[in-house]
Amino acid sequence: MGIELRGVSKTFELKNRKVEALKQTDLSIKDGEIFGLIGFSGAGKSTLLRVINLLERPTSGSVIVNGVVLDSLTEKELRTRRQKIGMIFQQFNLIESKTVYENIEFVLKASKHDKRKMADRVNELLELVGLTDKMHSWPKNLSGGQKQRVGIARALANEPEVLLCDEATSALDPDTTKNILRLLKKINHDLGITIVLITHEMEVIKEVADRVGVMSDGEIIETNDVYSIFSHPQHNVTRGFVQDIYDFVIPPHIRETDSSQVITIKFLDENAEANYVNQLYRHFDLDISILNGRIEYINGMPLGFLMLHVQGDGGEIGNLKTFITESRGIEEAEIYE
Amino acid sequence: MSRLTEILPLLYRALLETTLMVSISIFFAVLIGLPLGILLYMTSNPLLFGMKPLNAFLGALTNVIRSFPFIILIVAIMPLATWLTNSSHGPVFASVALSIASIPLFARLAETSFNGIGKGVIEASIAGGASLFLIITDVLIPEAKRGITQAITLTIISVVAFSATAGVVGGGGIGDLAIRYGYYRYDTVTMVATVVVLIIIVQLIQIIGDFLSHRQEGR
Repeated sequence: MGIELRGVSKTFELKNRKVEALKQTDLSIKDGEIFGLIGFSGAGKSTLLRVINLLERPTSGSVIVNGVVLDSLTEKELRTRRQKIGMIFQQFNLIESKTVYENIEFVLKASKHDKRKMADRVNELLELVGLTDKMHSWPKNLSGGQKQRVGIARALANEPEVLLCDEATSALDPDTTKNILRLLKKINHDLGITIVLITHEMEVIKEVADRVGVMSDGEIIETNDVYSIFSHPQHNVTRGFVQDIYDFVIPPHIRETDSSQVITIKFLDENAEANYVNQLYRHFDLDISILNGRIEYINGMPLGFLMLHVQGDGGEIGNLKTFITESRGIEEAEIYE
Repeated sequence: MSRLTEILPLLYRALLETTLMVSISIFFAVLIGLPLGILLYMTSNPLLFGMKPLNAFLGALTNVIRSFPFIILIVAIMPLATWLTNSSHGPVFASVALSIASIPLFARLAETSFNGIGKGVIEASIAGGASLFLIITDVLIPEAKRGITQAITLTIISVVAFSATAGVVGGGGIGDLAIRYGYYRYDTVTMVATVVVLIIIVQLIQIIGDFLSHRQEGR
């Protein structure tokens, strides 16, 4: 179950050239997880997301959602399946000429929902997203966050198994983004809906995702659970994204020599909270000053970074480095430029 | 002044003829032009009913009809008009040509208002599993309502202008009155009167159209 992409690729044929938006890709997204896809614009994440509900027909490969091979369905069957794959958008894409109520009702009409139960269902959804009082408002009178809530209610109307989020918070301010992400998490938790979201913001991934795929140049270059992506990014592009969050740079006035070095220590898991620093001061005959430090909580698990300026005997600095390497749960981090 | 009272019955009759021609033509313009506009729009959008050849064919067809100078169109379709109306002159007879001229005009204007609908809204509707029919009735038409209202206004005004030429087949109407009395007979009073009436009609249509299009809720 879940979502399976097998050998999926997408090539757009423009006037005189072909653009390979998505290279041959295999991807499994588990039932009930929140899978984040991160990448710069033009990385192909939007195409990949649209392949899942066949808004983009892949050039090759097949798309299997909860056991159903979507690309083998007739148009009519596909329509019915799409009702079980909700989607929300960066620009919300509400029908401006319909009220909040009518926007949600529209997708219920699409699935030929029982007319007598329609009003109940709409009210239920409005309650879920906290917009009962805006029922008769027009989209133009709503804030971005409220519009996205309508979008979410609409996407959930037909009790989907999967929710696709296309940069759903990119047009929102940071506070509203947090609220919407919290709502998505709640939906995932309470309703067990598999969520696939694409974003260019690592914050979003950190906030909600269970697993991440990093996209660059039309392919997924790295897939891992969120914690591993943050603690051990493999690919340069991933490192770039992770680095954005910590934003650590070696202060320009420090000149590194054998006897003056900048060492950044990474604290993993529960060790992020342990008192290794004490030990460093106690065991090594070195001048150690703290340049920068931060603990991030990723899915509730701490990940700490501490940037130190170490001065003293070169050999002793070597010992310090060995100590870091040999201690469990801490390691020397590279500062990726 | 006495001349003015003299032509009053003529003017009244012409006004009725114009109203009749405009009503018939706008009825068919919307009845056939709106589906044509929808089809033009849908066949150009791969998410909806993307069919490039059909789109190209329909596009060419509307362009061909719109290329005809109206007077030539009237003459060219005379046999068809005779067959349809079972007569060879008069306002109803002229309405055939007027309808044929206004259908592609309205279709193109309607298509333009559909093009103004955000691509994202269409995408969201498709992603929601809506049928094409539901998208037409619940997305395309309501979202383009304002543009369509303006398109109807514009088409009516164009038909009023076209109808002046309808005189060649005895269509009558105000424009025809202006040409026959005012132009051919150098009857200045009639000409001024008819032009004034035409100005008032066009203004009225525009004002009503603007009022209706601005009244559209939710936008």
